[in-house]
Amino acid sequence: MLMYLTEKEQRMLDGEEGYAVRKSMEILVALGNIYGAEQLIKVGSVQVAGVSYHNLGDAGLEFLNELAKDGKVKVLTTLNPAGMDLENWQNLGITAEFAEKQNLVIDAFKKMGIIISCTCTPYFIGNLPRYGEHIAWSESSAVTFANSVIGAKTNREGGPSALAAAFVGKTPCYGLHLDENRVPNIHVQVNASLKKLSDWGALGYSIGKKAENKIPYITGIKDAELDELKSFCASVVTYGAQPLFYMKDITPGSENYSPPKETVTVEDKDIKDAYDNINDEVTDIELVCIGCPHCSIKEIAEIAELLKNRKISPNTEFWVATSRLMKQISDKRGYTETIERAGGKFACDTCMAVAPLKGRFKSVATTSAKGCYYSRQNKMLTKMGSLEECIEAAVTGKWS
Amino acid sequence: MELKGRIISKGIGEGEALATAQPISFYGGVDPNTGEIIEKGHELQGKSVKGKILVFPNGKGSTVGSYTLYRMKKNGMAPAGIINKECETIVAVGAIISEIPCVDKVDISGIKTGDSVRIADGVVTMTRNQPEKETKV
Repeated sequence: MLMYLTEKEQRMLDGEEGYAVRKSMEILVALGNIYGAEQLIKVGSVQVAGVSYHNLGDAGLEFLNELAKDGKVKVLTTLNPAGMDLENWQNLGITAEFAEKQNLVIDAFKKMGIIISCTCTPYFIGNLPRYGEHIAWSESSAVTFANSVIGAKTNREGGPSALAAAFVGKTPCYGLHLDENRVPNIHVQVNASLKKLSDWGALGYSIGKKAENKIPYITGIKDAELDELKSFCASVVTYGAQPLFYMKDITPGSENYSPPKETVTVEDKDIKDAYDNINDEVTDIELVCIGCPHCSIKEIAEIAELLKNRKISPNTEFWVATSRLMKQISDKRGYTETIERAGGKFACDTCMAVAPLKGRFKSVATTSAKGCYYSRQNKMLTKMGSLEECIEAAVTGKWS
Repeated sequence: MELKGRIISKGIGEGEALATAQPISFYGGVDPNTGEIIEKGHELQGKSVKGKILVFPNGKGSTVGSYTLYRMKKNGMAPAGIINKECETIVAVGAIISEIPCVDKVDISGIKTGDSVRIADGVVTMTRNQPEKETKV
């Protein structure tokens, strides 16, 4: 059966509103038909990924320019990180050629009416859906956070399907938009103790592998801070689970379900195994990057505190990846000055997963399990540890 | 022989079939500048998809693969059409934005590399060019 379209939607598909809307409708209708949606539903906001010129290339840029000719977003739409800091790219070793192309990509998004937020944490900068709201987001960590921590409803969109939803203001109603598909189907009993932020990334690795393609219902966790959940969201989906989980007594909706029958456990040994898998044999650290997902203001404050009166090693670069908005708060609070005085750099609008880092650094240390995954794709050796361990590596140039 | 499928991306495409039973990852698995399949260990590794009717079960890998298809089209290296068993987001979006005719829900096991294939919206017409030979090992 084909998806039902209203008369207005049919006219959009026929081209009444121009090229961008027609192409968008073609995409939404095809996806709706593939996944058995009965209709399109309104979305409250959109998060668009596929921003780095590094991933888009000239063809992606050309496609965005085509859409920008007559495409205007109909709902609040924010943007994922780009391939560089849009203001301070020179200081981060980006070439002028790359910067020129990246700016053309940004211009196209601007023309469409998209907010140039360039962050994977849209929920920190004003794109905060309400519980139960339908949204169309890309960026797997943000999708997982929206579904699980906020309780909004979104599938894991790709860049073009998110854009299509923005131009139409709707998305096909299938998958995680339907309550019957949001039921947890594996119980994860966590017996391990979690002591530092990177342990949450390790937990995400372990659960991602054990609950591959399933929706975990997690028990045994007494408390979780927002930054810990942010890190866990990024990791659990990167390493294999669905972009939705329930954490008993911590995330919304968990009160509606009891633990599913199929049960796996996570022990201290599993956390250690995760570290063993993520960490490579390497001592000299060329890059330390904190902020995958982008740092919250609280994390920036912690970094500043640890870097007070210290100096980053001349053999190591230290990056704080965050959104422009967090950086502005950091400027006012004096954290930026402390971090920069120590020799650290801010990498706003971008991150270690999408910047063109291949060949520039041989090794990286970070608090993020997701960051390690993408750094390996960039042929870097990786070390994951606590913020304290990462700062120590930045100051000494060595992982100890 | 005629097979009926579901239209994913409209249009008419014609060419020689390049068929595989393995999923294809376009991002990282196909070189957008040459149209060559470069995924290590793939049964079509080293084959060019340019101008072919590419027959495979479904896409896999990164969603950036949609843009890879678009890039291939702009470079003149795209397949003339795509036939899937079950299409998914990456290939569907890629085929639509690149205007490559695409159908799915077709029994692809009946299509062999070298067959002449024409896709006209939802209908796949094919002609076997050579009789199948018994190969002795």
